[in-house]
Amino acid sequence: MDVFGSFALVLAFVCAVYAFGGGIAAIITRHPLLIKSARQAGMATCCLIFLATFSLEYLFFSDNFSIAYVVSHSNRDLATFYKIAALWSGQEGSLLFWSFLLSIYVFSVLIAYRNKNGELMPYVGVVMAGVQIFFLTLNNFVASPFKALAAPGANGMMNYVARADGNGLTPLLQYPEMVIHPPNLYSGYTGFTIPFAFALGALLARYPGEKWIHLTRKWTMIAWMFQSLGILLGAHWAYAVLGWGGYWGWDPVENASFLPWLTGTAFLHSVMMQEKRGMMKVWNVWLVFITFLLCILGTFLTRSGVVSSVHAFAQSSIGTWFVGFLALIILVCFGAYLKNRDYLKSENQLDSIISRESSFLFNNLILLVSCVAILSGTLFPVFSEWITGDRISVGAPFFNKVNIPIGLLLLFLTGVGPLLAWRKTSTDSLKRNFGWPLAIGLAAGVIALMFGFRQIYSWICLILCVFVASTVGLEFYRGAKVIRARSGASFVTSAVELTMRNTRRYGGYIVHMGMVFVFIGLAGAAFNHDIQKDMRQGDSLQIGPYTLVLQGFDTKPEKNYTAQRLLVEVLRDKKPIMMLYPEKRRFSTTEENGTMVAIYSTLKEDLYVVYAGNSPDTQLPVLHAYLNPLVKWIWFGGVVVVFGTLVALLPNRRAVLVLAGAQQLAVAAQPMAHGLAPSATMREGHD
Amino acid sequence: MKKQAKFGVGIGVIVAAMGFLAWLGYGESKTYYHTIAELEALKGSALSQRMRIGGTVAVGSIRHLSGRVDFVLEGEGKTLPVSYIGTDPLPDTFVDKSQALVEGRPGPDGRFVAEVVQAKCASKYEAAPGGKGGAAASPTERSGM
Repeated sequence: MDVFGSFALVLAFVCAVYAFGGGIAAIITRHPLLIKSARQAGMATCCLIFLATFSLEYLFFSDNFSIAYVVSHSNRDLATFYKIAALWSGQEGSLLFWSFLLSIYVFSVLIAYRNKNGELMPYVGVVMAGVQIFFLTLNNFVASPFKALAAPGANGMMNYVARADGNGLTPLLQYPEMVIHPPNLYSGYTGFTIPFAFALGALLARYPGEKWIHLTRKWTMIAWMFQSLGILLGAHWAYAVLGWGGYWGWDPVENASFLPWLTGTAFLHSVMMQEKRGMMKVWNVWLVFITFLLCILGTFLTRSGVVSSVHAFAQSSIGTWFVGFLALIILVCFGAYLKNRDYLKSENQLDSIISRESSFLFNNLILLVSCVAILSGTLFPVFSEWITGDRISVGAPFFNKVNIPIGLLLLFLTGVGPLLAWRKTSTDSLKRNFGWPLAIGLAAGVIALMFGFRQIYSWICLILCVFVASTVGLEFYRGAKVIRARSGASFVTSAVELTMRNTRRYGGYIVHMGMVFVFIGLAGAAFNHDIQKDMRQGDSLQIGPYTLVLQGFDTKPEKNYTAQRLLVEVLRDKKPIMMLYPEKRRFSTTEENGTMVAIYSTLKEDLYVVYAGNSPDTQLPVLHAYLNPLVKWIWFGGVVVVFGTLVALLPNRRAVLVLAGAQQLAVAAQPMAHGLAPSATMREGHD
Repeated sequence: MKKQAKFGVGIGVIVAAMGFLAWLGYGESKTYYHTIAELEALKGSALSQRMRIGGTVAVGSIRHLSGRVDFVLEGEGKTLPVSYIGTDPLPDTFVDKSQALVEGRPGPDGRFVAEVVQAKCASKYEAAPGGKGGAAASPTERSGM
């Protein structure tokens, strides 16, 4: 199966080269058969990568310990779904996985547009094939996952050997999110290849801007959704498995995943400027380019160990390849831009500082400032070494100082932007749209002050969250009221109907609402506290409203590890509410340890309990308890963001009346107008 | 032109404010990387800087004492005694022969006083967990937002 897999990879490489070269030839000659063959070579590349990936999975499931990658990342006792996840637990496998996910996107694009956009697609196909060639080069020639174990034999020849069992998967990775977090994040990273291919292809083909932007909107949203989900799952993983009570440490690899998310978010907003007003064309093209570059950079930082992080300690030669690829992309992007920049002329100018356009402009500006700050902080050790010779790193205070105010500004714009009119907003409409939300937000702020709220950033965050939530609520309320007045349906039904008629706008509002929840959760971090104590059996520890009583210990042998657990009873107001079992795990194959945190999570706060080893003085188990307010809102917000994105991906439902003739339909569509949007059914793109 | 100027001022204010905050944060958190050998050669004010030092944990050197953990880091043929005084438990991966990264300041008696210790097991775990994962961020490093 390993021979089959590596052969499939070689063939995939050949097909990708054909898709690339044949595609260029097709663009030059415009020969229909050549165009078709290049496209089919692209599809064949994808299918071969699928086969290679499945054969590596087969090797894991058949416990084939003659393959180096399987030996290093699996063992016989490894649970089934970690055998799936073992695919992306190391360098070679994750690079193959990158190719695999990219192939899913590429295949879908090639199928979906096989008979459409004839002028653009050959260009898109060439760009996608180019990216695939790079990763297939790594898969085939630099980091092949199908290498067999070999040892020098008696006669000096290398002989193939097989081990009885593998080394097992690193304990840190044996956690359910290992199975879902990397696929999501990677789907985000790879997904941004598609808008990149369309943007670069359109620029090369001088294809009309509105068209490629329209074509890529959904792909960008899908990639963005996966990226968001990947980041949040990563944060949750860090929170639940590492036992340090936090979810974000500004680790280089975390930052790397956040960077394309920032520029991707900027792009999702600034495209609307281009769709509505024909502005920001250059900006949009470069945002897509930069997003893709940051995706590659992210993969590079993770894989190369250039910036030391616990994620990627070891130096690896693969970095050179990535640097080369990055340089090549930058060259190609610059070349294409310089050659065809006249086609990116703006059609309009900014009219007023209080307008939808300017809110998008500032939204983009601060997302970019945040991106630049995080990028420079992450790469600081590299640059400082070049310039001064000293390797200097910056830590959390640097990132927090810049990003907390940026986050708050962004939150403010989330509330304000969608309700500003294009071109210029009148004072009247400002009052109508923001009067109530502002009053409610400030009222919440005053109440919080009276309850002794003294953290300035959290306090501002609270006001803004209430403000934004009110503006979103008001939008739904007004729209639904109009529909209700006509149809007589209930409020909820009307709100659903409203959403379905303009999924992009209202889906966008739902995403904004999700972000509000995330911010509520982040604001809670200012109130975290923790306590640590050596515990005898029967001892208790007080944290916030909870009393923790150590009832005992036990040892629980599992298939792959042995767990030592503390049995902790949780009481609130002297009433027992539950048992928590924080664990220390000892993995038999690797002799490594793992920590399992026990969390009692409510919307108000998380009680987070860690078994922190035994005290050197007393030999007693140490219990470390954290009380982290509002953390659950972050995960909940993430779910809402994903839901909103899915809604925005749905096609709009038309306001069709049963048996309505064509004429009636036209009439029926018009009066659906509600207070704000002239016509909810006709307008698109308003978040 | 007047409108453009307004935007220019707005953008300038935001960028300048963020730049200032970044500069403050930089001053507060900058940390120098040094190897154990370099540390010996440092003099004067360079010794009071916050720094990070990497090395391998010497076999049998880890001693849990009350309020601190002592161990010895080895690298490039040199050794460095370290006292970890942080409150957070040491990472599970911190064992004999693991690669460790300590962050703190050199003490007066030649011991390095570490507030943060990151570690990874030398035996395996070459690269990242399939991409990133907040996963392996160091357990003793508490920062967060």
